[in-house]
Amino acid sequence: MTTTWPQVGAIARRSLLRTARQPASFIPPLIFPVALMAVNAAGLQSSTELAGFPTESFLAFALAVPFIQGALFSTMNAGTDLARDVQTGFINRLALTALRDWALLSGQLSGAVALGIVQALFYLAVGLASGVEIASGPLGVLVLLVYAAFVSLSFGALGAWLAFRTGSGETIQALFPVLFVFLFISSMNTPRELIGVDWFRIAATLNPVSYMIECVRSLIVTGWDAQALLLGFGFVIVLGIVSLVLASQALRTRMTRT
Amino acid sequence: MARENGIVVQDLVREYKKGPRAVDGIDLTVAAGEIYGFLGPNGAGKSTTVHVLTTLLPPTSGSAQVGGYDVVKEGPKVRSLIGVALQEAALDPLLTGRDHLRLQATLQAVSKDRRRAQADELLERVGLSDAGDRKVSGYSGGMKRRLDLALALVHLPRILFLDEPTTGLDPQSRTALWEEVARLRREEGVTVFLTTQYLEEADVLADRVGIIDQGKIVAEGTPAALKAEIGRPSLHAIPRDEKDRPGIAAFLARFGEPLATTRDVAVRLRAGLGLTDIVRAVDADGLDIVDLELRAPSLDDVFLAKTGRTLEGATEEAETGQQERRG
Repeated sequence: MTTTWPQVGAIARRSLLRTARQPASFIPPLIFPVALMAVNAAGLQSSTELAGFPTESFLAFALAVPFIQGALFSTMNAGTDLARDVQTGFINRLALTALRDWALLSGQLSGAVALGIVQALFYLAVGLASGVEIASGPLGVLVLLVYAAFVSLSFGALGAWLAFRTGSGETIQALFPVLFVFLFISSMNTPRELIGVDWFRIAATLNPVSYMIECVRSLIVTGWDAQALLLGFGFVIVLGIVSLVLASQALRTRMTRT
Repeated sequence: MARENGIVVQDLVREYKKGPRAVDGIDLTVAAGEIYGFLGPNGAGKSTTVHVLTTLLPPTSGSAQVGGYDVVKEGPKVRSLIGVALQEAALDPLLTGRDHLRLQATLQAVSKDRRRAQADELLERVGLSDAGDRKVSGYSGGMKRRLDLALALVHLPRILFLDEPTTGLDPQSRTALWEEVARLRREEGVTVFLTTQYLEEADVLADRVGIIDQGKIVAEGTPAALKAEIGRPSLHAIPRDEKDRPGIAAFLARFGEPLATTRDVAVRLRAGLGLTDIVRAVDADGLDIVDLELRAPSLDDVFLAKTGRTLEGATEEAETGQQERRG
């Protein structure tokens, strides 16, 4: 047992080194969500004039979206990294050591969480530099970062499950746009109660991603909204538990050793 | 003996769900401190055997003990004793050689204060001191193989499995790797289980050789003993004109049993005959032959005698079969 935590650290270090040495894996998750937010903020500012819109700054409203979008990139990164390990046989190298299954998963996800927190700090910095004020204050910023860690962990575990299940980086990249559909059919650009098209409002209400965005948004725009926080944390924790169980099972099958 | 770093395999079978028996009831024993060469063509069952012995694949039936531990029931104990360099040197192209050694040492629970010195020592030993801080993506095939060997040695294993360690290497890298393997056995008493499809490699390195074909061991013994079993040398003639081949084959058949070769015409000489007898007969018959060569028995001859095919031919056959299955 004494050797397990260094194992987690070693795998996490490898995950971070890989990310740091591939600019293509950390620059798009930083730039793309912020660019999309800037475009939306410029084009949809007039939405704030709708009766019942929660803020006068669309940028403050939209700042929640990069947190979730960045986590979707984490899914793909964590997944493709692990799938590559399966494809190249690196997982056999790991299987031949004293590495525990859960240490591999924890280490890999620790790397994803660390990246998720760095991303969240970047989005926050961009928001603050653009004049957004965090309604929940410094404690809210802390909760935001904790939430970003949870979201990265849950989506990262989802990516790990897909990786161990399919063993193919190409399949994970092909699934990435599907995950993005969940983001776009959510309350990312309009509060659910103000969505005029019935089917879209129903879809956004059924979509867990809406509650994740609204959790982050409540801390930025509203202040302390217990319901939004409970729903947001609730959905992300459920997603995390389900993904971790699935990923652990798939890992046991993939990392065969007697 | 087996408990002290040896390997004992009894009636080992590994079947794949939709395939043939990759390993079909093999028995073998490797003594502690011995280099055992497992020789066979592609698809013969060498790598599957290594995967079972290194705990990466459970056997379908039979038993195997490595270092005295059962590969099925005592997997973690087996893994703690062995170092493995698999056929594909699975390395992370984004990590440096030193990163790999650090990762491997941590995962193998090497104490923190030993890791750095040990990485330096291993890089030095495999000739990668200068390249240790470079990313593996810039390594040649030979450098990757050498790093792979260094990684297999991180936790000072008593038994080393090398699965076709020199495939694709240039002669210089191959010789360097042979020297290191020989040194490990000689100076550190490491037991080595080495698979190869190169006759020369088995001949040079191995104390004993097991020849595997289609999942079965067809011959086993020291290279010298195996060659002595064949006993008689072979005679190889190259006709100047290809159309003379049938005539030369018929002529040579007077001196021994024809051998299946593609590049020349060959026979296994009958006992008591020598090269001078043949040269006289060639002159007397006025045959036009470019080259006439007498060859001592090789492991390829052993393979041919046991399977009816040359090792090279069997490898080509296996590769064609694989391509047809893919196609």
